Amino acid sequence: MAIEDIIKPENLVYKKPDIMNDNSMHYCPGCSHGVIHKLIAEVIEEMGLVENAIGITPVGCAVFAYNYIDIDWEEAAHGRAPAMATAIKRLRPNKLVFTYQGDGDLAAIGTAETIHACNRGESIAIIFVNNGIYGMTGGQMAPTTLEGMKTATCPYGRDVKLNGYPLKITNLLKELEGMRYVTRQSVHTAAAVRKTKKAIRKAFENCMDGKGGANIVEVVSTCSSGWKMTPEKSNKWMEENMFPAYPLGDLKDKDANI
Amino acid sequence: MAKFKGAIVVNQERCKGCRLCVVACPANVLAMSKQVNAKGYNFAIMENEDACIGCASCGIVCPDGCITVYKTKID
Repeated sequence: MAIEDIIKPENLVYKKPDIMNDNSMHYCPGCSHGVIHKLIAEVIEEMGLVENAIGITPVGCAVFAYNYIDIDWEEAAHGRAPAMATAIKRLRPNKLVFTYQGDGDLAAIGTAETIHACNRGESIAIIFVNNGIYGMTGGQMAPTTLEGMKTATCPYGRDVKLNGYPLKITNLLKELEGMRYVTRQSVHTAAAVRKTKKAIRKAFENCMDGKGGANIVEVVSTCSSGWKMTPEKSNKWMEENMFPAYPLGDLKDKDANI
Repeated sequence: MAKFKGAIVVNQERCKGCRLCVVACPANVLAMSKQVNAKGYNFAIMENEDACIGCASCGIVCPDGCITVYKTKID
């Protein structure tokens, strides 16, 4: 069968979601952000919430997320996305309100806002992209940088005596009474991407059913430019080094008593 | 068992040549082109067209959403 006979609208099985527009993304080749953006767009489209979704972009690489997905967006000051999400959700309880934050935004400058928004049990979803480095500013050490991992500001590797231990903020948030769903996923293989999509869908559904409770989906990601590796090698490095420190799976699910 | 045959269309101008689709493909269909696009990246191409089963793994892992996948059943 010739290729031309297969490429027909009725045979279509996969395409970029419609609300993800044609603007070329500024992310480096192979960046996990692209896949996560695509998943968010797919889930919003499938849930029929295109007109009712409000995203809050962080400061960091994902600051321009509003350029790529055609829904309503707000841009928060550095780390303040959960505080802004709280306000939006309280004023517009029928909307899907989610934040999209990196590890520098959520786990460093925005720790207080994140912890308090989650502790209050706001009906918001937080998509937390953890790549263990500050990608946008040139690869400096983040709170989530692994022990011994080399970055621009710890060129001999992170020394826990000097810099402290990697911050497992998701594990910390799990303990809060206000948290409803806490999970850690990844997007390095097609199977992992499917699981992450389910997790995002669950978090978004939790936001919309009126029962309350905060939801966080941590996505352990790569930063091939910051890690100074090819995208392919970054994925391998992540499996070998990031996953032992940040094991994947559901950490808390109040509805299922986990 | 019914057999499936697939085909993909790559948005060559959008592709950044990260090679993640090449790695994700279980049937070794994809390869990188020798030419470059306007941005200077080598883009993904179907090198081994006949082997494609339309599983969409390449499309799912593509960070830039460059790949559209088609699949049909053959007898």
